[in-house]
Order: sequence, then structure tokens, then C-alpha cells
Amino acid sequence: MSPDENKQSKEGMKETDRHLSERLEKLGKTLDTRLDEASAEEEPDRTSAMSGLSQAWKMSSEFIAAVFVGGALGWMADSWIGTRPWGMIILLMLGFGAGILNVLREAGKVAGPERRMNSGKKQD
Amino acid sequence: MAGNSGNAIDPIHQFQITNISSPIVIGGFDFSFTNASLFMVVTVVVATLFLVLSTNRRGLVPGRAQLMAEMSYEFVAATLRGSAGNEGMRFFPLVFSLFMFVFVANMLGMFPYFFTVTSQIIVTFALAILVIGTVTIYGFFKHGAGFLKLFVPSGVPALVVPLVSAIEVISFLSRPVSLSVRLFANMLAGHITLKVFAGFVVMLTGFGAAGIASAILPLVLTVAITALEFLVAFLQAYVFTVLTCMYLADALHPSH
Repeated sequence: MSPDENKQSKEGMKETDRHLSERLEKLGKTLDTRLDEASAEEEPDRTSAMSGLSQAWKMSSEFIAAVFVGGALGWMADSWIGTRPWGMIILLMLGFGAGILNVLREAGKVAGPERRMNSGKKQD
Repeated sequence: MAGNSGNAIDPIHQFQITNISSPIVIGGFDFSFTNASLFMVVTVVVATLFLVLSTNRRGLVPGRAQLMAEMSYEFVAATLRGSAGNEGMRFFPLVFSLFMFVFVANMLGMFPYFFTVTSQIIVTFALAILVIGTVTIYGFFKHGAGFLKLFVPSGVPALVVPLVSAIEVISFLSRPVSLSVRLFANMLAGHITLKVFAGFVVMLTGFGAAGIASAILPLVLTVAITALEFLVAFLQAYVFTVLTCMYLADALHPSH
């Protein structure tokens, strides 16, 4: 190996070093943004995702409870006011709606009452 | 298995409530001391004794019992702080008592021949009513009529407000029901499954060598389900605590 050749290879090394560090920086930046995005996506359902089984239990019980409460309220209203079939029909349907709302809220598709009020305040 | 009195093994028998004391009737209501009452007392005593005994000799380097007590404190405190903020820490005594009661009751239920208090819906419903009552009373106490804002979301056209708030009210009222049904149904279903599979083992072994050979599968399943039930016992106590914290967060800040 002649000294000339050696020098040349050193310069080449420097060149590739700079190139490499540039690439490294760029990669680091994209990795950071990717990680940020990933953590932002994961944030909302990390609390509820303890296990699939418990989530299934939660959703089904929320839905059934709302329908049940709606029906019970309707039945009680009927026996107090004396509007035999109508209170139960209407409140059972409202209970069904509340059940859907509960499930969607549980799944994070609809904001909870608190969060939605906050966003409403911001618009005012 | 204590199923020899009937001709088949009865998986529901374990949930039967029997009087221990002589019947006590006050004002037409039955206040008799039953096996359910006994196990509630046992639960409270076990939880209290554990916490008192494990923390009465406080070391800078905690022993095993002290570490467990401190871990349960840290765990509930972190859950409460996470969902209700530092303000929520004023409810810590309530939330910690609820967690310890449900957790100890679930764990006691895992002992053979013990009564599972949390498999009675009236017990879990009473706990849930306590939570939701606290939320409602504290919410009105702190925010006055402003607490009703919880049911009237802003940014909704005035025409649909009655419909939306009716649905919100039903959704709010369904919380104690779902909270109690979840805990009760999990414990009930788990204990029945366990008993049914264990009953298969007993029945199959009565059929000679082939029966004993085929009893291995339900026996393995029984062991696996027992492990799963320990997990469920903890998980349900945790879920009950988390939801309590979330509802308390609603009472603290319905809008801010």
C-alpha cells in the first residue's frame, strides 16, 4: 500500500463518515416522529385495554344495564302515572340509545360528557 | 365435593344463604345474621388485621407483609390520581376501603367451602349505590345546579336537548347497575364453572378405568380455571376501583 493510496482512503473514510452521520441524524429524526405518532395513537386505549375479556365484559354489561334501567324507569313511570304501555315503550327505546352511547363511549368512539363539554367551551 | 345429599352435584348450592343466628326481625324486616353477613364481617376483619399488623412495626426496609400493604396503597393511590387528579385524593379512604373489601372478599371466595360475598348481587349493588350516591351528593354539594351540566352537553341544538339529556340521564343511572352486575356476574359465573368442571371429575371417576382416564381432561381444566379465577378475582376488584375513580372524576369536574 503506497502512502498516497492510504491518504486517499482516509479522505474517503471522512467522506463516508460525514455521510453516515447525516443519515444517522435523519433516521433519528424520522424515528422520533414515528414514535411520537405511535404513542399518541396508543394513548387513549391503553387504559381500557387491560385484556380483551374484561373489555368484552365491560361493553356487554354497560349495554344491558342501560336497556334494563330504561325499561325499569318506564315501568315505574307507567305504574305511577298510569300511561300503561307508552312510558315503557319510549323509555325502553331511550335506554337502548343510552346503551349504544355507553358502548361507543367505552370504545372511545364518542367523547365522555366531561371531555365533550371542554371542547364545547373552547368553541365559545 | 359436598353434593352427595342430592343425586347430582349441585353447582348453585354454594350460593345459598342460611341463617346462623336465631331470626332477628326489626320492624317487619329480617335482620338475621346469615352466612353472608358472617363472611362480610370476616372480610372486614381480615383486611383490617392485615393492614394493622403489617404496618405496626414499620421498618425503613419493609418486610414482606409491609411491602404488600404499601404496594396496595401505592396501587390504589396511583389509580385514583391517574383518573381523578390530586383533588381526587380526598376520596382515597373510600376508594381504598372499597378496593380492599372487594379484593379480600373475592380472594376469600376462592377457599373451598367459603361463601363468596361478591357473588350476591345485592352486596355489589349496595357498593355501587354507595359510589354513585357519593358522586351525586358531592357533585351537587360542590357545583350546585352546575352539576346538571353533566346531562346537557353544549353545542347541541335546542330542539334535541330533551332527547339527548334523557339519554344521558339513563346512561348515568345505568352506571351503578353495570358496575354491580359486572362484579356479581364474573364471580357467580366463575364459581359455577369451577364447580361444574370439578363435578365432572367426580362423576367420571365413578365409571371405572375408562372414566378415570377421561377424567384427566376436566381435572386439568379445573386447575386451569382455578388459576384464571384468581386472576379474575383481582381483575374485577381492579375494574371496580378504576370505574369508581372515573365516576368520582365526573363529580369533581363536570365542567371546567
